[in-house]
Amino acid sequence: MPGPLTRVAAATARIAFGLAEAPMRLAQHALGVRRIAWIFLAPNLLIFGTFTFLPIVINFYYAFTGGAQLMPAERPYVGAENLATLFDCGNFLDPSTCRKDLFWRAVFNTAKFSLAQVALMVAFSLVTALVLNRKIMGRGFWRGVYFYPVLLSPVVVALIWKWLLQREGVLNAALAAGGATPVVWLNDPSWAFFWVVFVTIWAHMGFYTLILLAGLQAIPKELYEAAQMDHASPWRTFSRITLPLLMPNLVVVLVLALIRAVQTFDEVFVLTGGGPGSATMFLVQFIYQTGFMEPIRLYGIAAAASLVLAVALIVLTLVQLRFTRTERAGARERE
Amino acid sequence: MSRAVDFLVRTRGRGAPDWTDWFTWGYLILGFVLMFVPVAWLVLSSFKTEGALLEFPPTLLPYGPKTVAVGPDRKELPVFVVRRDDGSSQEMVELRRIGLVATMLPIGADPADDAKIVRVPIDRREPVREFRLATSNYTELVRKFDFVRYLWNSVFITVVATLITLLFNAMAAFALAKYRFRGRHTVFLVILATLMVPPTIVLVPNFLVVSQLGLLNSLWGVIWPAVATPTGVFLLRQYMLTIPDELIDAARMDHASEWRIFWRIVLPLSAPALAVLAIFSVMWRWNDFLWPLVVLSRSEKFTLQLALNAFQGDLVTQWNYLLAMTVVTMIPVTIVFAFLQKHITTGVASAGVK
Repeated sequence: MPGPLTRVAAATARIAFGLAEAPMRLAQHALGVRRIAWIFLAPNLLIFGTFTFLPIVINFYYAFTGGAQLMPAERPYVGAENLATLFDCGNFLDPSTCRKDLFWRAVFNTAKFSLAQVALMVAFSLVTALVLNRKIMGRGFWRGVYFYPVLLSPVVVALIWKWLLQREGVLNAALAAGGATPVVWLNDPSWAFFWVVFVTIWAHMGFYTLILLAGLQAIPKELYEAAQMDHASPWRTFSRITLPLLMPNLVVVLVLALIRAVQTFDEVFVLTGGGPGSATMFLVQFIYQTGFMEPIRLYGIAAAASLVLAVALIVLTLVQLRFTRTERAGARERE
Repeated sequence: MSRAVDFLVRTRGRGAPDWTDWFTWGYLILGFVLMFVPVAWLVLSSFKTEGALLEFPPTLLPYGPKTVAVGPDRKELPVFVVRRDDGSSQEMVELRRIGLVATMLPIGADPADDAKIVRVPIDRREPVREFRLATSNYTELVRKFDFVRYLWNSVFITVVATLITLLFNAMAAFALAKYRFRGRHTVFLVILATLMVPPTIVLVPNFLVVSQLGLLNSLWGVIWPAVATPTGVFLLRQYMLTIPDELIDAARMDHASEWRIFWRIVLPLSAPALAVLAIFSVMWRWNDFLWPLVVLSRSEKFTLQLALNAFQGDLVTQWNYLLAMTVVTMIPVTIVFAFLQKHITTGVASAGVK
């Protein structure tokens, strides 16, 4: 006996089908069976065109025009001035000598964060995947424990930790109970940076663990049986069998994590707001602030910074494509 | 005890546990604490009163002031322990307090009986507390904030965007999987190429596009840019390739229109892939933050995520309501996780979608 909700859904689906059927039949008569594929593609292509490809073009236009106007027609052409402003630096290693010092602080913070976060995250994901790949009781449950935070929204993740880390939070209570002096975690630049790395690893580790776990499970069991027969030590088994065979997955995870780390915004924005000062300010936040939060919105500078970010992402994506291809080739060889 | 440990660390078909077994269980338990305790602490805290949240050090469980119903009108009055001069103490309810002196009544006494009433300096008494869930944190959300509106905005965006995502992506996937037309490889590559353009790098121009379409501060401004997903097209296309062409050819013989073939044959057969995409789409849209933050600036259009962000940024953060709202925001994702964990984990492991 179908419930009322099911009946409503079925009726809606029938109406949707009926509404589209007559025009689609007409289109089929006009275009023929083969070319009707374009009608099926049209909605998606329209949206990709409007919200992905057109914006790419406009982004270039913004990057090479100045002023604080949103309308393209009202923006004067300034050539490479926006990029020049961003790259106007006395010494590239010292952000305070730069005209847009905040941009360079964001660049350095993003680089520092990405390297630290990705290295630690891949290491922890690997250990977790190895542990979960063992014959343990309740494997599904343990896998769920590590995966659950992946599903939580970045805002929720940030608030969970903000609540734990605040001045009168439970972490400081534990410290005080242990006789240590409480720390105002998010007001100290080094600690804030540490927690930003920690919290983003906490939130995303489960995703990479799952990918590595799938890779581990694809390694033939016979190899391990042979190693056991030869009385190989666990370390030797790991370094001679597991690690080499998992390497392609590890590289994919590494690059995927890097691509995401470079774009980190949500959790950090809610947790620290980029602070204290600009200690945890990353590139995407610089773009967002320049384009949407300042009283004078410098869209040109924001678009130019987007171009810099895009170049970084394109390089990372090409690296990823290269490695995926070698991985596929490797897989074919193994077969 | 040791037998219990043996049982826990027992591994199939091997001898005594070696160091790797100890490491495994140590790691799992530490991981459980690190992953689970923060969430549990948030949920426990969300049931504490505003006053209890300010306590340092915090108590583990939510406690509130104990109250007792007194008198003919059954008014709830707070209970205190009063210390007497002789060192003994007694639980009393506070009838009223003027300055540093409270008028109190032993528990169980009749408030009309003037002889029982005592006057106590307030430094001679301590409030009595009991385990109590401050459910008002949740119920007040509706009354004090525009919570229902935020919830509605989030639900609307999530449901509508997911339905459109399923329809549009399935249509595109059908075209790419089942038609041989010129340029189909190019189209497929173009769609996959959009994977390389994350929304973060077209933030400014997309703002212009959405504002020109009149979609600023409209929920549709969040929905439209999100409904065409390269991952969705890819996932569905790969699945539809496994549907035999003979089924479609047979339907064409029976003069079924292409739309009918899509709707009546291909869509139902793609249900497993559609389900995976639906789960992911629901989570993507429910958790979206940066793009809604750019498009929706008026508070009546806020989604739950934006409302949470706005409240935590307030000068005086009302943590009791903020925590309760955070828990509510977690509920749908937690339900999805509890019932569909297997679909999600296989989706992640096989296609790498997130």
